[in-house]
Order: sequence, then C-alpha cells, then structure tokens
Amino acid sequence: MLRKELKLIIAFPSTSDAIAAEKACKENGHAGRLIPIPGEISAGCGLAWAAPVEEKNEILTLLENNRIAVEVTREMMI
Amino acid sequence: MIYLDNAATSYYKPPEVIDAVCRALKGMGNAGRGTGDASVGAARILFETRQKLSDLFHADGPKQVSFTSNSTEALNTALNGLLNPGDHVITTMMEHNSVLRPLYRLEAAGVAETIIKADRKGLIDYDDFERSIRPETKAIVCTHGSNLTGNLVDIARVGKTAAAHGLLFIVDASQTAGVFPIDMQTMHIDVLCFTGHKSLLGPQGTGGLAVRTGVEIRPLKVGGSGIHTFDHEHPSAMPESLEAGTVNGHGIAGLSASLSYLEKVGIDFIRHKEQTLMTRFYNGIADVPGVTVYGDFHSMDRVPIVTINIRDYTSGAVSDALLADYKIQTRAGGHCAPLMHEALGTTECGAVRFSFSHFNTEAEIDTAIKAVREIAAE
Repeated sequence: MLRKELKLIIAFPSTSDAIAAEKACKENGHAGRLIPIPGEISAGCGLAWAAPVEEKNEILTLLENNRIAVEVTREMMI
Repeated sequence: MIYLDNAATSYYKPPEVIDAVCRALKGMGNAGRGTGDASVGAARILFETRQKLSDLFHADGPKQVSFTSNSTEALNTALNGLLNPGDHVITTMMEHNSVLRPLYRLEAAGVAETIIKADRKGLIDYDDFERSIRPETKAIVCTHGSNLTGNLVDIARVGKTAAAHGLLFIVDASQTAGVFPIDMQTMHIDVLCFTGHKSLLGPQGTGGLAVRTGVEIRPLKVGGSGIHTFDHEHPSAMPESLEAGTVNGHGIAGLSASLSYLEKVGIDFIRHKEQTLMTRFYNGIADVPGVTVYGDFHSMDRVPIVTINIRDYTSGAVSDALLADYKIQTRAGGHCAPLMHEALGTTECGAVRFSFSHFNTEAEIDTAIKAVREIAAE
C-alpha cells in the first residue's frame, strides 16, 4: 500500500486551482491524480496533483497557459 | 395558488434543479476536505458552477467567483471588505437594505456616503453620480434594478463614470441576474453581487460575488478553509479567501443545474416572456379608477414588477384580500426598500408588488387583473 515511487507533486494556493489543474490535465490526456498534500510540502491539509515526473514541463506549461496558480512544485518519492 | 412574488424568491424551480439537490443530498462530500471521490466530486461541482457563473457574467474566470449564502452576504463582504474609515461611497435611493444597512453601519465607522435622490417615478439623474464624486470617493454601489418599482439602472453608464474616475463599481444584481445580460467587462463592474434563489432559479442559501482580478477584498468571515491549517491567517487566494467554513454544496449543486437550465432556455426568452406577462398585467390595471401604479413604464424593457396601491386601502389589506379571495400571493409593505418608498411617497401605506416568472401563465395574469379591478370597484 505504501510502496513509493518518484512523482511530480504540485501544490496550489487554493482548492479551486487544484480542481482546475485536474480538469486541465485530464482534458489534455495527462496521467495523474489528486492526493492529500504531502507533509514534506505543507503541514496542513489540502490537495496536490501527483503526476509522472517525465511530464513535468508539459504540465507546468499547461497550468501556466490556463492561469492556474502553483504554490510548490517538487519531485519526490511518494 | 397564483404566485406573483417572484422578486422575493422564485417559487417554481426547474425539475432538474430539484433533482440535482436530491442527488447531492444522497451523496456529496465536503469540497476541499479530502481526496476521496465524495470530497473531490463536491469540489468539482463547485468549480463547474463558478465557471458557469463566470461565463454568465463575463467575469474573470471561475477563480474570481466566491460563494455566499445570498446577495446580502455578498454585499456585506464587498462593502466591509473594500471601504475604510475616511473613504466616501456613492449610492442611490433605489437600494435595498442589503446595501443601505451595511453603509449605515460603515458610516458609524467613519465611511461617508452620498445617496443619490430618486424622483416620484423612482428615477435617478445619472449626472448626480459625477456631481457627487469627491477626492476621497472610493466606490459607487448601486442596484441593477429596483426591487420595488422594477425600474432598471443603466449600469453600463454608471460603470463608465466609475471607470473614468478610477472608482470601484459594485453592483447588486439581485433582481436581474439570470434575466438581463450582465457583462462585467464592458460594464466596468468590479464586484457583482448576486443571489441564487431569485431569477437564477436556484435554491435559497446560494449566492455569491464575482470579483475583478486585482480587486482585493478583506474577508467578512475567516475560519475553516481546507488548506494551510496551521497558519493563523485565512488563505488569501481567491475564490476560497472569501469563503470560510463549509459552503452550501447541496444548494450549489442545484444552482449549477439552474444555470444549465438558463443556458438551455435562454435568458432572452425568459426576459421576453416575463416582460410580456408584466405588460399584459400593466395594461389591464393601469387605467382602472382608484389604482395607482408606481415606477417608470415608458419602456417595458424593465424588471418584471408592477407595484400598485388601490384607493386609500393599506397595502397589507389589499395583499390579504388578493390572497384570501383570489389565492394570489403578492408582497405588501416596505419591501426592504425604505428610501425608494420615501421617494414614491408610500412610506405610510406601503405598496402591493406583483412580480412575474416565465412559469406564470396568461390565465394567471388575467385572474390577477380581474381581482385588482374588483377590489378597486368595491
């Protein structure tokens, strides 16, 4: 259950940004899913987008083009 | 029962709104409070509804639409969150108490206001906005349409004045959202306050404000946000910065369905139908001896409201007779619009308001006309 692999993790300043990111990624065929924000990024609660690291540049460009605010981007074992 | 009090709340809701609320009640989590389907599903519905509202009002996108429980909360949020002691604000006699009372309270805190006068027909002089501007003027706040007379305000014209002088423009669209086209961009609107349960045809307890990007509003409430739990400050990112605590997800699911209904049927069709019914009623009662009609009817492109008094009867007595003898539901009294009544000269007697929905029928209007004629002849 807790097997870890390297993932791209994106945290957002609002829940709306997280949902907007999910929508944009799905509409553009990117794999990934919303997960609870990892404790290493924020000690609070909230949503983060977990995606394959190899899609990092495409995803970040997509989010920028859609004016989706990103708070933290990190590659980490999760 | 013939329901002619749609300016208070729309009584008939599209079936899909009822279905959406029921569906949500059968399975909806708390948006932004987890990653399970229930919670994320709720967040998706909220986001989709923000998008629909942004599209309807030509706002700056879904992230600039915050939910509140109604227009009153939206207006309190905008006014308290933008005005500071020493500021001056311009408003009109056409306003509802949801604008006036927050301003009266702010006045006690050091915010000055100018209230533009309305005449006996409930009309304002647009040049008064320009004339009222001072160096410390921060904003103009006004309704898009009077909830008492149905008179419209040319908000594009007021917005142009506000923009020319660098003032914030806050609009109360309680009576017009969902019936009249509203374009925040071309009308220079900075904050649009709306309620979900009137002409947007959604459930009570829904509403919100659409905010131009860059306009920063201090939140009215702070508290649970679903993110940044250990910060002392409420998160500052829109739209959740103006939402504390669980929003009315079940209601917003219904609002989402009503927005789809409006898109399907078309607000132009709805407005035309409602104005046709209003015109039929007006033509049937305007010339009846003993009937006084309030407001400006030189054009029928107005909010579908006809407000009257009959002879020297009190408005409560007439409204009660309409209900008891004809099963027609209207609204008597002051309609939370004290200054508008002052302008019309109806502070003592109040008035009887008939307000129409596109779900009303011509037969219902004809019954109402007959009722007014009979009461006036008694």
